[in-house]
Amino acid sequence: MSSASVLFDAPGPRARARNALYTVAGLAAIIAILYFIYVKFDEKKQWEGRIWQPFLEPDTWTTHILPGLLGTLQAAALAAVLALVFGAVFGLARLSDHAWVRIPAGVVVEVFRAIPLLLLIFFIFYLAPSVMGGGDYAFMAVVAGLTLYNGSVLAEVVRAGVLAVPRGQSEAAYAIGLRKNQVMRMVLLPQAVTAMMPAIVSQLVVLLKDTALGYIIAYVDLLNTGFKILPAVFFGSLIPAAIVIGVIYVGLNMALSALATWLEKRSRRSRKTAARPIAPPGAAAAEGASGIGAAVD
Amino acid sequence: MDDLIKYAPALFDGFMENVKLSLMCGVLSLVLGTILVSMRVSPTPVLRAAGTVYVNVVRNTPLTLVLAFSALGLSDTLGLAFSDKPSSNSFWLVVLGLSIYTAAFVCEALRSGINTVPLGQAEAARAIGLTFLQSLRLIILPQAFRAVIAPLGSVMIAMIKNTTVAIAGGYLAESAFVMKDTFDDTGVSIPIFLGLVLAFMAVTLPVGFLTGWLARRLAVAR
Repeated sequence: MSSASVLFDAPGPRARARNALYTVAGLAAIIAILYFIYVKFDEKKQWEGRIWQPFLEPDTWTTHILPGLLGTLQAAALAAVLALVFGAVFGLARLSDHAWVRIPAGVVVEVFRAIPLLLLIFFIFYLAPSVMGGGDYAFMAVVAGLTLYNGSVLAEVVRAGVLAVPRGQSEAAYAIGLRKNQVMRMVLLPQAVTAMMPAIVSQLVVLLKDTALGYIIAYVDLLNTGFKILPAVFFGSLIPAAIVIGVIYVGLNMALSALATWLEKRSRRSRKTAARPIAPPGAAAAEGASGIGAAVD
Repeated sequence: MDDLIKYAPALFDGFMENVKLSLMCGVLSLVLGTILVSMRVSPTPVLRAAGTVYVNVVRNTPLTLVLAFSALGLSDTLGLAFSDKPSSNSFWLVVLGLSIYTAAFVCEALRSGINTVPLGQAEAARAIGLTFLQSLRLIILPQAFRAVIAPLGSVMIAMIKNTTVAIAGGYLAESAFVMKDTFDDTGVSIPIFLGLVLAFMAVTLPVGFLTGWLARRLAVAR
């Protein structure tokens, strides 16, 4: 059931006339906005072939854009792996029966979730040299910041995933004589992983997007090479550069989001798990809402 | 600790800038998000498509790029100016960028709220002859808003934390920049970092509690 059909069904003659009016007005407004952008670009000579030319040269891609993209993907990949480990450890620790494990883990997760990520990255960036001596810690600061923040969010996902498995599953497992860690390892986790897969992938979109914060501490990522270095080399190409790297970011993230949607559909159909897919962090939509949505950031 | 006391006035002023940014963006993004969600559920394919494209593009673009673009692209290259004073010009550019970004998330939260409104409500609205805009304004949105107070709270909390990225939009007055500036001066200081973290938590935690409480209080009884 798409949300659109909640509000209207096959329109009668008057509603059709009104809809036609909405269409014309909407189209006019959109064309006006696009034309306004076109004119403003034209005024500032943003359509000149000269400033778009660099993006047709293979050199621009191999010396600027691709190395930056590689930097982004490296930071994202390492942070994703570490965040998943962090999330698994702290998520399970929060489910522990022992208060001395559960409470500290809960505090760590809640605190790192509440810190603005950029403050955390700055802090690590400035702390690292005074602890470990001189050097370039931009990569480390980005990866560590992303790991701590996204790991804490993923810890909540892991916890929600395990809690989403119906109680009967663990009760049955205990009844056939499994131990606590066997119940977790053999019964709860395999089902929870299926349920939390879409939420994890949605959070990875957030992680990939947030690698761009590295731009602020001069980490050599796509935003840095594409939006700071490239326009400095090819003077005037700032707007084309923003559009090109914007398209790359949007494409990457939409591919990941599409993966999340596909995983969600699959896990909804799956008979391997008794748990329903859990909502991504922050997007915990009201009960009964369909569709998984995206993680909030 | 001495560093924290010494720089407390500057840090406080910086944090107040974050609060100002948050208030402006909160209002603007809620308004823009509501307009977007009306477009996304409208009976007009053109508006639906425009809303969908907006949300998908903006939601998948890093905030840093949005803000850097508003400063370097919109302002410096295309000549958009809100004010002659550079600091207040960049303030409004950051408000613009952050609101544009947050509106996409507000829209998605509201759309999931619209999905919770039972079909019978919209059918009844049509049956008594309300037009699309009337049923949206009088029947659907009031119920949808009440269903998504808590998710909207999460969106607002994320937005408050995102005000620190203002530095990418060239607004060099808020607390993340002040903290970086002091670190450049005196080296890293753990008390300053923790003080700012507590300041942010002092704002975000009440927002979370308040929206959670409101969500329970105003939940539509069905």
